[in-house]
Amino acid sequence: MNETAHADPVVELLVQTFPDIDFAPAPLLAKPGGKDEQVYVRVPADRLVEVMRFLRRDERCSFEQLCDVTCVDYLNFPKARDRYGVIYSLLSLSKNRRLWVKCFVNDPKPEAPSVTCIWRGANWLEREVWDMFGVRFSGHPDLRRILTWEGFEAHPLRKDYPLRGKGERENFERITRESA
Amino acid sequence: MMSAVPAEIANHGATYAPEEPGGDVWVLNLGPQHPATHTTLRHVLELDGERVLSCTVHIGYLHSGFEKLGEHLNYNQYVVVTERMNYISPMANNITWHHACEKLFGLDLTPRCKAIRTIIAELARIQDHLLCVGAAGLDLGGYTAFIYPFNARETIYDLLEEISGARFHNSYTRVGGLMNDITPEWPAKVKRFVTAELPQALEDLEKLLTRNRIFIERTKGIGYLSHDDAIDWGWTGPLARASGVRRDLRKDEPYLCYADNWDGQGSSGVAFKVPISTGCDSYARYLIRLAEMRQAVEIILQLVDNIPAGPVDVLPEGKVTLPEKNEVYFSIEGLIHHFEQIMTNRGHRPPVGECYGATETANGEQGFFIASDGGNTPYRARCRPPSFINYQCFPELVVGHQVSDVIAVLSGLNIIAAELDR
Repeated sequence: MNETAHADPVVELLVQTFPDIDFAPAPLLAKPGGKDEQVYVRVPADRLVEVMRFLRRDERCSFEQLCDVTCVDYLNFPKARDRYGVIYSLLSLSKNRRLWVKCFVNDPKPEAPSVTCIWRGANWLEREVWDMFGVRFSGHPDLRRILTWEGFEAHPLRKDYPLRGKGERENFERITRESA
Repeated sequence: MMSAVPAEIANHGATYAPEEPGGDVWVLNLGPQHPATHTTLRHVLELDGERVLSCTVHIGYLHSGFEKLGEHLNYNQYVVVTERMNYISPMANNITWHHACEKLFGLDLTPRCKAIRTIIAELARIQDHLLCVGAAGLDLGGYTAFIYPFNARETIYDLLEEISGARFHNSYTRVGGLMNDITPEWPAKVKRFVTAELPQALEDLEKLLTRNRIFIERTKGIGYLSHDDAIDWGWTGPLARASGVRRDLRKDEPYLCYADNWDGQGSSGVAFKVPISTGCDSYARYLIRLAEMRQAVEIILQLVDNIPAGPVDVLPEGKVTLPEKNEVYFSIEGLIHHFEQIMTNRGHRPPVGECYGATETANGEQGFFIASDGGNTPYRARCRPPSFINYQCFPELVVGHQVSDVIAVLSGLNIIAAELDR
């Protein structure tokens, strides 16, 4: 556990409020000097909504905005133990503070709870993560693919998906003037 | 003129009940190819007469896997892809990408590079807002308002061409610096542009639109989104500020010349105001953009006369950028340096870790989340695209309005589909 990360007041508050969760706070990038540090905490999937609701509603945290939801496929990442890390980037406008929350999920059924009930803006962002990484969000009101088409099987931002695709482009049904 | 927002629009749910229950409901397909969508977007509108009952948005027509490409290109190469996101202000994307990269590499830019990048970032903001405001006029029938600002945009293209060699996709920034230094005449040309040409263009625009009765009636009270909703939906940038949200990354998380002590000699950051409106509608969004362009002029004027001397590249020990051709051909160190950059198993390596860097672009907070496994390409290059996040509450904005208002809302949002789909 990094000392500077632990000194973050929000992280301290989280550790006090949820003593049973191991948040393992750490800076996103371990840098000498420790200036302008971006801190993340780990939250298990089954406690995510509870913790997020606290971060959003509690006056000492007040993360009013969900800045971004993304995912990283840590397939061959150095020292990574879990496969998918869903990364929530929270922003408090009133306190001008940021916090990153990572929720790790694994194959064969990667699934995290949806936070659309806390921030409505999570809707498309979670759909994009589902589309690109195949991480399902339980409780999402409308979990359809967003950037690729319905019926597309793969999840292209996974590390085991090749850059040039698996022949989707070549095998895509072509409509000619005669067949139309 | 609709001055206040009707209660049924302000408090709408996801759908709007038809006036005549059981009456005919029309389905109108707007897009993906439609002049008013400007780019490739598709909306399926359910209509009761002219009223919009529900709106479903389909995106993804321009998805081209930019984030996947980012995992296969190195930190300097990927800049070419980033500027194809928001192609209305390409340089802003370059600056954001390398802003995030420099956070990862732990580099501090030279004062000269910071000043030049700040000027370019503001030129990009002007470039973007001019088109957006003009297009808002175009969609509501004012073609002149679209064409007039193009003279000023043309000059910006000329200015960017002079320093980077390309008019549209400039790829001008590099990790820790710029592709090359500016020409000696460039600051004077920028100054002439922002003192003589641009104020005239803004004045023309203002005369055409600000008190134009048709424009006001088409935009005022249209596309209402309250302060709290704007935050909840993740809005940033001019859209959020038009809903009264006090947030500007240039003030709240200052970078480049917006930060104090940017030149290492105690200079204060550039002085400017952040325009905020409580109008919450399309008209307020137009006014905010106009005011932001005026502030951009102020910022450029503060910097353009005293760009610090010195190098534009930091050229750290590890050597991130390609050397000058002169050094490659005439010195062995330069040649080795060049090869180290070109060979795929060499090059400057960032530390293992992740970082997020964001700047205030014309559409809002654009940021890059970079995960690095220590290789010479990013492990993951996530872009936080402002258009994508600003656009998702579009059904909320148009339900209850008329079909023609859909267009007025859309042009006020300034959605760039290439950035939306990436």
